[in-house]
Amino acid sequence: MRKHSILAVLLAVILMGTLLTGCHGQVSMNSFEIPDAFDTSRTYEITFWAKNDTNKTQTAIYQQAIDDFHALYPNVTVNLRLYTNYGDIYNDVITNIATSTTPNVCITYPDHIATYMTGSEVVVPLDELIVDPKYGLGGSELAFDSPAADEVVPQFLEECRIGGTTYALPFMRSTEACYVNKTYVEKLGYTLPDVLTWDFIWEVSEAALAKADDGTYALNGQNVMIPFIYKSTDNMMIQMLRQLDADYSTDAGEILLFNDTTRALLREIAKHGESRAFSTFKISSYPGNFLNAGQCLFAIDSTAGATWMGTDAPLMDISPDKIVKFETAVLPVPQFDPANPKMISQGPSVCIFNKEDPQEVLASWLFTQYLLTDKMQTAYSETEGYIPVTTHAQNSAEYQEYLSLIGTDTDHYAVKIQASELLLDHIGDTFTTPVFNGSASLRDAAGQLIESAVKSVRRGTVIDDNYIDQLYRDTRQLYRLGQMNVSVGKTDLGPLPRTAVILLSALVTVWIGILVYLLIEKIRQKRQSSE
Amino acid sequence: MKKVLAMLLVLAMAVSMIACTQKGGDASKAEEVTGMTKAEYDAAAVDSEVEVVTYVQAKQGWWENEGVGMATFYTQSEDGAYFLYNMPCSKEDYDKMTEGTKIKVKGFKAEWSGEVEIIDAKYEILDGSYVAKAFDATSLLGTDELIKHQNEKVSFTGLTVEAANDAGAAFLYNWDGSGSQGNDLYFNVSVNGQTYSFTVESYLCGADTDVYKAVEGLKVGDTIDCEGFLYWYEGANPHITAVTVK
Repeated sequence: MRKHSILAVLLAVILMGTLLTGCHGQVSMNSFEIPDAFDTSRTYEITFWAKNDTNKTQTAIYQQAIDDFHALYPNVTVNLRLYTNYGDIYNDVITNIATSTTPNVCITYPDHIATYMTGSEVVVPLDELIVDPKYGLGGSELAFDSPAADEVVPQFLEECRIGGTTYALPFMRSTEACYVNKTYVEKLGYTLPDVLTWDFIWEVSEAALAKADDGTYALNGQNVMIPFIYKSTDNMMIQMLRQLDADYSTDAGEILLFNDTTRALLREIAKHGESRAFSTFKISSYPGNFLNAGQCLFAIDSTAGATWMGTDAPLMDISPDKIVKFETAVLPVPQFDPANPKMISQGPSVCIFNKEDPQEVLASWLFTQYLLTDKMQTAYSETEGYIPVTTHAQNSAEYQEYLSLIGTDTDHYAVKIQASELLLDHIGDTFTTPVFNGSASLRDAAGQLIESAVKSVRRGTVIDDNYIDQLYRDTRQLYRLGQMNVSVGKTDLGPLPRTAVILLSALVTVWIGILVYLLIEKIRQKRQSSE
Repeated sequence: MKKVLAMLLVLAMAVSMIACTQKGGDASKAEEVTGMTKAEYDAAAVDSEVEVVTYVQAKQGWWENEGVGMATFYTQSEDGAYFLYNMPCSKEDYDKMTEGTKIKVKGFKAEWSGEVEIIDAKYEILDGSYVAKAFDATSLLGTDELIKHQNEKVSFTGLTVEAANDAGAAFLYNWDGSGSQGNDLYFNVSVNGQTYSFTVESYLCGADTDVYKAVEGLKVGDTIDCEGFLYWYEGANPHITAVTVK
């Protein structure tokens, strides 16, 4: 009997162990190993999910790169799928991880990659690929002139490292700029400083609200005036906190956003939301639309949106009769310490998803690397206020000529090139926030605090400590920041997967089996003792 | 005695059940649910709280934000139309709400690039149904009168399809042709010598819908009738839901 009991327990343990092993990790794939040589006798079809800024020139550049790459590697066909926002790419990737139907190459943000890494080996680590002598950056077996590893701006490459491993290559970089209606600022009697301060921007914005006797705004003679509009309030909060050396999160993912500095900032921002001197994209609309209509003095948006900014902007959503003539200044985002400016570094990166066939992954890597060639880097960066991510492209004769032709025609729209130069001049002043599973939610939460406070105060709510306490609680709950798993590369599991259900069912079955067995044995023993 | 008691209990139960049923049935008649009139809504300031009783005319889409369901609706009552943007809504209720469904909505009036909408709203599904007839707004195109019909179900007749770009395309994926199938469709139409830009909003009418396919099949010079909702973005930006080529 004792022998049987031990055997039963052992069987149960083995069964459970097997099930547990089988269920561990939502998506599992063999780790990628670099093949000795790229097999050109085979054909490969890879998918590339890309984002464009609703800009047909960018679409054409992607397509040209694909065609050029195909000419170099006729055995590789790249299928392009276009998106117009990062959020949709992120959602589709998450959906496709579960079905192992991820694209091969994908434009992305490091915050998103941290979430993609839910299954093991889903995203290909690039460190070994980057330095591979044959197929790495500047490798000997490449069919094109690739930049060397040390020609990728180190700071931008560093932004693609998560937990000490490189999971992406930078593709383009931008920052935010404050596009200013200089004409109106001077009309109010102010002189624009080289670097804006928050105090300056609040003061001028309040002054711009003065009304004329007929009820219109004295500055523009119109019924609409929103002096200061911010496109991405998540960046606004993140940059304000960084400029003040205040907490946001730790590198390991500890959430520190809900602090007293944030509280003080929210009170200040809400004050100007209440007076209507300040608004946001989510509340009012694109800053550029108001700027170009003479209804805004300070429009903060990405440098990658520069072609929409200013009287002579090549791209415009408002009708020509609404455009107002003014001089546009392109300045860094406002600062608390103008002598020590700090601004966000943003822009797309490219990651590679792992596949069963290492040759297919190598084909993906070759294409990814091709996106860093001078031709691609200069062409794409010139479509907007982006900058190339390699010093090789930045210093190329073609790019330098492009910069020198500032203001000569639409392709060299002055505001766009000024926006690029702003970042080129301030690469050392840029920063990014720590990347961990949940960092994308934390970023959303940072923006939501501002959006909520401004909306509330516009609706008559008093923004006091009680309000902010409640806002903190609600925001933590909405973005699940109180339950955040702080380790890099993990995620909250969501509903039980099918395998877990099978495991739990098996456990119950095993326990029932054990109990039934013990019961039978007990009955048998009873019978034997009674006989 | 036991039998009598049992009978009494059964009777009491039956009576109470009937009473309950009748009360439920009468409630909607007795308590006429009302909200603001369209005129009161129009007069309300942006950011103020508004409450309207309206009817779903079309659904633009449902999505989840951090686990919270959100939905956008084109709605209309007998006296005017209301656009409900990103209203927290469960998928179950979203599926329940079909063309004509009566709802009471309480939220905040907002304006985004000229589009007046209700945001941060709560809703209640009510008994009742109303499907608006499309208002023929052809003669109002290009006039200041058109905005009075913002968000309404409208029709435009006898339009001529014009080229959407210099290459002579009849439509574009995205406003500048930067998109691909599945993105919004933009096409130009003219009437009385003026040209207007119409949109097939891909969340409202995706690539598998009749209207999307119809626009993909348009040729410059076609004469068409259109129906849709009078959305606003820096000016009239009708979201077209039906196209008939004449």
